[in-house]
Amino acid sequence: MNVITRFARFWYDFIVGDDWTIAVAVIALVAVTAPIAHTGRLAWPIIPAGVAAILFASVVRVRRAHERATAAEARASDREREAGA
Amino acid sequence: MHSVLLVAAAFLASLVEMVEALTIVLAVGVTRGWRSAAWGVAAALAGLTAIVAALGPAIARLPIDSLRVVVGGILLIFGLQWLRKAILRAGGLKALHDEDAIYEAEIAELRADNRRGISDWYSFTVAFKGVFLEGLEVAFIIVTFGGAQKNVGLATIGAAAALIVVLIAGAIAHAPLSRVPENTLKFGVGVMLTSFGVFWSAEGAGVAWPGNDASLLGVIAFVVLLSFALVAMLQRNTATSKAAVA
Repeated sequence: MNVITRFARFWYDFIVGDDWTIAVAVIALVAVTAPIAHTGRLAWPIIPAGVAAILFASVVRVRRAHERATAAEARASDREREAGA
Repeated sequence: MHSVLLVAAAFLASLVEMVEALTIVLAVGVTRGWRSAAWGVAAALAGLTAIVAALGPAIARLPIDSLRVVVGGILLIFGLQWLRKAILRAGGLKALHDEDAIYEAEIAELRADNRRGISDWYSFTVAFKGVFLEGLEVAFIIVTFGGAQKNVGLATIGAAAALIVVLIAGAIAHAPLSRVPENTLKFGVGVMLTSFGVFWSAEGAGVAWPGNDASLLGVIAFVVLLSFALVAMLQRNTATSKAAVA
């Protein structure tokens, strides 16, 4: 892997990482917060609350994918048992 | 009396910023290795020296909020990825040992690949951003506090004293931190990076935190509680799934 590819891959991994929705959601969150803060309204809870929602959604997505994979494995092993019997 | 107050104010304000930078450097240094983190610190200090030398008192006109929002936003994205993995590991949805083996293999490969240069760009960039942003804020403090009292030299003495205190604190904290189990440390780093990311990105977006810099402690507490709640939720689900399969 050459230096340019490694550098590009580093930045992709760094900014986007495993879950691209986190990067998009954080950018949207800051973009929403800035105009509200500049109107002088209470804005400090927005980013912490948004971060909680982003993290919750990302973790729940992984949990659901894990549950689907576990269920598929269980079904496959049931079918194998039935075929054997 | 004014001189004492100026030194004390510059010392305390600089200390807060330097402790923030130290926390980030310790976090990446202990978890990912010191060499690249040290390169990041050195590069940030070189950049700061160049900027301070070139701009002098005009440094106070740099768009610090724009820098905060960019650095904070990137740190928040990076911190959330790190924290998410730590939560999934602690919640039983990601193998602890496999992750460690992959991490070690990656580090070994990078080290073998480039022994003299920067082997870990993550460490370099995170350390660079932390030290550069906080260093710039210290430079602002010196210029604004010193400028207001027409004595930049005294403000510099206060900031230099803060630097000595922080370097001693870093040297003392480094050894005990190295003995913390790696997964626990990674969890802690995720919490710290996410908290700093929340704090800086919000400040850069124009948010006024209640209690100013002190609210960072509240942000850290919030992120810790949120992480523990998510781990507890995952552990409950994993236990329920195992019981259903049995």
